[in-house]
Formats: sequence, structure tokens, C-alpha cells
Amino acid sequence: MTQALEELGAYIAAKQPDAVLDSAVSHGELTLTVTVGTLPALVRFLKADLTCRFGSLVDITAVDHPERRARFDVVYHFLSMHRNQRIRLKAAVREDEMVPSIIEIHPSANWFEREAFDMYGILFSGHPGLRRILTDHGFRGHPLRKDFPTTGYVEVRYDEVAKRVVYEPVKLVQDYRQFDFMSPWEGATYILPGDEKKA
Amino acid sequence: MMDGSKGFTDAQTGEQKIRNFNINFGPQHPAAHGVLRLVLELDGEVVERCDPHIGLLHRGTEKLMESRTYLQNLPYFDRLDYVAPMNQEHAWCLAIERLTGTMVPRRASLIRVLYSEIGRILNHLLNVTTQAMDVGALTPPLWGFEEREKLMIFYERACGARLHAAYFRPGGVHQDLPPALIDDIEAWAEAFPKALDDIDGLLTENRIFKQRNADIGVVTEQDILDWGYSGVMVRGSGLAWDLRRSQPYECYDEFDFKIPVGKNGDCYDRYLCRMAEMRESTSIIRQAIAKLRAPEGQGDVLARGKITPPSRGDMKTSMESLIHHFKLYTEGFHVPAGEVYAAVEAPKGEFGVYLVADGTNKPYRAKLRAPGYLHLQSMDYVAKGHLLADVAAIIGTMDIVFGEVDR
Repeated sequence: MTQALEELGAYIAAKQPDAVLDSAVSHGELTLTVTVGTLPALVRFLKADLTCRFGSLVDITAVDHPERRARFDVVYHFLSMHRNQRIRLKAAVREDEMVPSIIEIHPSANWFEREAFDMYGILFSGHPGLRRILTDHGFRGHPLRKDFPTTGYVEVRYDEVAKRVVYEPVKLVQDYRQFDFMSPWEGATYILPGDEKKA
Repeated sequence: MMDGSKGFTDAQTGEQKIRNFNINFGPQHPAAHGVLRLVLELDGEVVERCDPHIGLLHRGTEKLMESRTYLQNLPYFDRLDYVAPMNQEHAWCLAIERLTGTMVPRRASLIRVLYSEIGRILNHLLNVTTQAMDVGALTPPLWGFEEREKLMIFYERACGARLHAAYFRPGGVHQDLPPALIDDIEAWAEAFPKALDDIDGLLTENRIFKQRNADIGVVTEQDILDWGYSGVMVRGSGLAWDLRRSQPYECYDEFDFKIPVGKNGDCYDRYLCRMAEMRESTSIIRQAIAKLRAPEGQGDVLARGKITPPSRGDMKTSMESLIHHFKLYTEGFHVPAGEVYAAVEAPKGEFGVYLVADGTNKPYRAKLRAPGYLHLQSMDYVAKGHLLADVAAIIGTMDIVFGEVDR
């Protein structure tokens, strides 16, 4: 199983040398690290090539790494029903970088790209209607970014006087509880309350 | 608009200016199966454009999951597809087990199969009967919900909750099943085909039901690939694609079951597939019960180790176990860094979890891949050219539940 995937990865890397940066197999899954610019060509190749035949798009999502220069990883999952195999493509993109849309190749990419835009603010070039999908109209910010607070910035309520729904800044009745269960024996970097005198 | 108030002087210009009619289908429409809002552009009664607006049930599950431990995240999965809760938990458990390299004990594996199939029947009963209600039949939901009620009692007897089970845990299942419960599930599985026959008798050859479903919402093999369909949407069109068979997880490979497929890929074939799948699931349930009773099916239901709690007996006698229990339920367990995509054949299609772990006690990123999301996306493509009344039938057989679409 693993060997077959490694061979497949090597085959794709050999056929598309300027697209594939790295190919790795872990937990029985093949992951290709690819460049952003060549994505549509690679996806088209994966769909058409007879050894691959990754005809169905399973998922597009992103992962946020704020400490990296290329902040986001855009992650594609494909499935081949004919060959019964899966593949994952990962492309690192900067915050200001455009990702080419793959709607032309897989129409099902539409909502996934809208969701990635909604949640992370990643722009897809060539998308016919890149608007928010899951959040509210007029929502500000991109909620799945690591620097977006879980509580959000605004809350809604129905205002009896104005007779409509109003948005207000979030007021928490108690502080947001950020539990830290890291064991002090396992490399906690902070000083525990009471220990500061010793230092 | 058409009353002449636009200022047209001659009737002909007014006639030419007739616009297509835009209506909102939902978000409070009973046939929308939740909070779906469709903006439909109608030419007479024919749908020209269908724009689904989703997100009304968005709860930010993926964001919330990033600040909770792996075990605390488990109950969120019940709240995705709330029609068949345990099937979603299964995907989460599989993802964690794959990353930590945990082997699930055989008895737990069998119980998972048993309850996944109960979940499948729960889902199909709801879907088939309410879809029939959408196209005009009133009795099937009443009969179907009676059977669902019995199944939910089995849920309750296993884990204490009728819907939000939190029963599958990383490393096994939370509690063992008492023998009386297994006996009752068996008795139910013996009687259920009769109830299915009754629903079958109401619908399958019913003239109105056939007229409303046959040749509606036809899905071809190319559509399946283009729109990323899975589950019954694929099988209804004749492709025998089922993750339980093609990429077996848990111990599905030792079960004997058939994969029902349709022929025409229309709403009626999808209905027939679901009915046949319920019969197959009943057979899997009976096999699972036989295996649970066999000597190999006995034993523990949790892989005792770092990611599962110690037994109560150990906790009372061993200090180490007590510490382990405390640490497990406060700090939680740590999952080695890595990424994994775990998918199960949920009743609605392929439900997957893409889990990125960074070695701490919380997931760095968890993406929930719901089958309904892709199915609903193709609404515009499938519904175009159909009549307004067919929209309800199509949504029904696509099996949309908003808990999983909006997340």
C-alpha cells in the first residue's frame, strides 16, 4: 500500500517536475507539496492521466500558520473512484497571494473556495462569485484565522426600541477562560504564581 | 409590476417587459429540511436559476474545536448530522486512532459497526419518509418515526442520550452493552423487515409517489465526478461505490452485505437504494449481534492506555490510575504531530475529518467534510429546468441536513 503510493508520488513528480516540490507518504496517505502557480495544470493532469484519474474533488480547505511568511497552507483532497486511491495537495500561500481557482476543472470547487475565502480571506483568481458563504452578510474578519478571537467582535440581539436586530461589540460577563493544562513538569515556559520570588 | 404602473402606453411593450419571477424558498419552508433558503428564479413554473443561501445554522464548530481538547470535541460531532449522530463520531475517533496508532478491541469494533448501522437506518427512515411527505404522503413519516423511536431507545440504553450520544470514544466505545440490550436489538432486527415492508407497500408502487419521483433530478456518472457526490447520490446512478467495501475501515471487511445500486439515477432510484440499504443494514446488525455473542467477541471495549480512562476498579485501588484519570479529563491526551484524513461512509455519503495535530492536547485544525455540502452545491445544476414542485423532491433525495452543511 505504502509502496504503491510512493511510486505514484514519484510518477507524478516525474511527470510534473515544476509543480511538485515534495512527495511524502504518512499514515497511508500520499501528500504532495506543490507550487501555487501550477495548481490548475497539475489538477488537470491528475484528472486526465490514466494512472491517476483523480476525478472527484473531496475537499478544499486551508490551515493558518501565522508565524510563517507564507501564512496559509491550501489543502486539496482528491479521490479516484476508478483507481480507489486518494491524494492530498498542499500549497503554501502568502496572505496577499492569489490562488488560481480550479472551478473550470472541478465545478464542485465553487463552494469550497468560497468557504476558504470566507474563513481565511484567501483570494481565488478566476472564481465567478467569490463572496461569503457561511457567515453573515457584512461580517468583518475571517474567523478561522488564528488571530481571530473565538468570541468574535460583535454580538446580535433584537432591540425592542429600534424594532430590529442590532449589532453590538461583544460584552463578556466573565473573562474568556483559556485553560492551560500543560504540566509544569513537561516544559512549561512561564513562571507559576508563587514561584517568582525564587527566581 | 404588470399592472401598467410602469408607464407603458401600449400593451405590447408591457408584455415584452415581463420579468422572471424571483421567489424565496425558505428559510422556514417545511420541505427545506432545516434552514435552507433557496432564491429561485422562475419562468412560469419552471426553475431557471436556483441559488442556495446557506450558513443560517453556522455555529463555528471548526473554530471552537481548536480551543478544546480532543475528547471535549467529540460531542460536537453529534451536532453535525443530528439524524445519525454516531456515524460522525466514528470519523473523529478513526482520525485520532490513526494518528496515535491505537488498536481498537474487537468487541468495541463490533459495537461500533452495530451502532453505525443503527444510525444508517435512523437516517434512511427519516429521509425516505419525510421525502415522501414532501411529495404528498402523510402516513409514511408516522410509521417511520415509530421505528426511529425504538432505535433511539437503543441509543439511550447504550449511552444515556437519545441523540447526542458521545458514545464512540477514541480507543473504543464508552460502555459495554448489557446482554439484555443485545437481545432487544436482535428482536427488533427480526421484526423490522415487516415494518419496512409496510412502508414499501405504501410508497414503492404508489402512483403519485412514482409520478413525483421518477425521472426527476437525474444524475449521470459525469455529474458524480464533477460535483463530488458520494453515498446514495452515487449508488442511485449505478456505481457500486461504498467506502465500507472499497476502503474498509473498522471490521466491515468481515461482514457480508450487498451494495444496492440504482439504474436511472433519478429520485425514485435513490429512494429504492435507501430502502434496500436499510434491509442490508438490518442484516449487518444481525451479523454483528452474532459476532458479539461469539467467544471472540467478548472482552474489553476500550483500548486501555494513555488515551482512554482506567477502569473504575483500578481507580479505587491504584494511585497511578487515579492520576491518569484526572489528567485525562483535565489536560486530555496528546496526539502526535501529523495530519490525517479519515472518512467513513455516513448514511448521507462520505463524511471525512481532516485533522492537523501539532503534538498538543488540542487539534491545530480540524476540517469537517460533510457530504451534504457538495450535494446542495449542485442544486442549481440539478434543479434547472425542473418544475417548482420538483425542487422539494430533489432536496429530499439529496438528503440535506443543515447541521452538517453549515457546521
